[in-house]
Amino acid sequence: MTNPQNVVSPQNIKDEWFRPKPKDQVKAESVVRPSLSYWKDAWRRLRKNKLAMGGLIFLILLTLFAIFGPIFSPYSVTATDYPSQNQGPSAAHWFGTDEAGRDVFTRTWYGARISLFVGVMAALIDFFIGIIYGGISGYKGGRTDALMMRIVEVLYGLPHLLVVILLMVVMGASLTTIIVALTVTGWVGMARIVRGQVLQIKNYEFVTASKSFGAKTSRILRKNLLPNTMGPIIVQMTLTVPSAIFAEAFLSFLGLGIAAPFASWGVMANDALPVILSGHWWRLFFPALFISLTMFAFNVLGDGLQDALDPKLRR
Amino acid sequence: MAKYIVKRFLMMIATILIIATVTFVLMHSVPGSPFDGERTSNPTIQANLEKFYKLDEPMHVQYLYYLKSIVTFDFGPSIKKPNDSVNELLARGFPISFELGMVTILVALISGIILGTLAALRHNGIIDYFAMTFAVVGISVPNFVLATLLIQQLAVNLQWLPAATWSSPIHMILPTLALATGPTAIIARLTRSSMLEVLTQDYIKMARAKGLSPVRIVVRHALRNALMPVVTILGTMLAGILTGTFVIERIFAIPGMGKYFVESINNRDYPVIMGSTVFYSAFLVFMLFLVDIVYGFLDPRIKLHRKEGDA
Repeated sequence: MTNPQNVVSPQNIKDEWFRPKPKDQVKAESVVRPSLSYWKDAWRRLRKNKLAMGGLIFLILLTLFAIFGPIFSPYSVTATDYPSQNQGPSAAHWFGTDEAGRDVFTRTWYGARISLFVGVMAALIDFFIGIIYGGISGYKGGRTDALMMRIVEVLYGLPHLLVVILLMVVMGASLTTIIVALTVTGWVGMARIVRGQVLQIKNYEFVTASKSFGAKTSRILRKNLLPNTMGPIIVQMTLTVPSAIFAEAFLSFLGLGIAAPFASWGVMANDALPVILSGHWWRLFFPALFISLTMFAFNVLGDGLQDALDPKLRR
Repeated sequence: MAKYIVKRFLMMIATILIIATVTFVLMHSVPGSPFDGERTSNPTIQANLEKFYKLDEPMHVQYLYYLKSIVTFDFGPSIKKPNDSVNELLARGFPISFELGMVTILVALISGIILGTLAALRHNGIIDYFAMTFAVVGISVPNFVLATLLIQQLAVNLQWLPAATWSSPIHMILPTLALATGPTAIIARLTRSSMLEVLTQDYIKMARAKGLSPVRIVVRHALRNALMPVVTILGTMLAGILTGTFVIERIFAIPGMGKYFVESINNRDYPVIMGSTVFYSAFLVFMLFLVDIVYGFLDPRIKLHRKEGDA
């Protein structure tokens, strides 16, 4: 403090202090840390959420088992083996067997294929229809928007499962029918979310800036609007999957889904209903456990993504 | 407000009309006639049967008859059970399903709101963790799985409660429990998150500063606003519960609408399928309408939004 050399006084002001620094020495403007994109930031926050990560890991494992489980199993999904019917879990049949001697372990993974396929397909188709419909409605605005939203509101009032059941009756029970039936009613929710997002974002300054530079509508949609609506859309998709899986199980349970001998979790649970009271608990337990765990995993992952993808919740 | 009600009412009519038309078109595009199973009948009887059910008329005439049947609320006789009219089946089954649905939604509302409020008040406390664990599990376990587990444990193993039918209040416990768990979980989550938000607001601080008792603050001031999101999902939730009764009725052998509906689907009993679909849809759409109107009255902000051009 009192060191006279550090005290600035008219005597010791040097000329070199006022010369500009050479350009290459100025690093003040450069970004020192690696830049954190929206997605990297979201991923970083998601990784901290243990429950959501647990769900994600479970789903990855489930997908692997669904793909490879039936291949490595020595048992067939459909072939009957009456001598070994109604066995409890054992070394040979880890999850036991059903009344036709089919291996419940193998059927569970086969059911996982169907459930995941139905869920993911339903979510993807909802996604495409919803983005196109909601995007147009939100971006065009005005009378187009009003008309398109009236249609959505009318459809939104439909009791979904009733429509799905009707379609299943008419089109016959098959995997395609389930997916078609689920998406016919399911896209509406996605369209509403996309439209709401687009409506909000299209008035932001960066879109106006883009427009004033002469960007075409298609470019604005692709480069400006879509990436910024992705957060809520992804959350909606992760929540569509479990509801589609539930709907499939529900329909199969009512006897309207995929028919035996093919296995979905709903079919297996339905088949188990008459025998559960005779003590064959494994027949219901394993499909029920996996339906519940899968729905749980998707729900916690969806919740985690919701927190991670919302920049407003950033701490 | 009146304009809003009229608008919502017209939309409700449109939805019902669409459901009715879609049902009609779908039912008539199914290959196979309801009389396929009865090979013994000779052509004259077949023709008479078709005449009786008006299946011999051209499609648009059938459609008009069908619309008339909806407006006059007379869905005609069942094909597979000629002694019963669709109206009789509805009158027999619907009250039971309705009762199950109403008891369920009441239980779900009361327990869900209490659970969610307690969780919010004890944010990150033991009750909060318990409530949220319950909520996630409740959403993840399908009601038919829960129903089977409840029967196996409480009815068969422990013999505490009857496993089936719908004859006395004791019989109602298990089906209601099975059906209400999911909705309870959803309501608890919603209440908790909106309660957490409301509790941070200035008017709550103001109420605290005035020295009001915590109970009074929560019940009189906070809950009122915190329950708004719950009201909005009530309509769709009711739809879920009423379709959920189909499965629950099947498991617990309850003679409600679900039983007749599933039966009629398996029998290709057109009048019953069409009658019950339209009736059920109309009921649900009407409920949705009521919920919207109630919401409009409860939340004064909604009117402002409407004026700003549907924002």
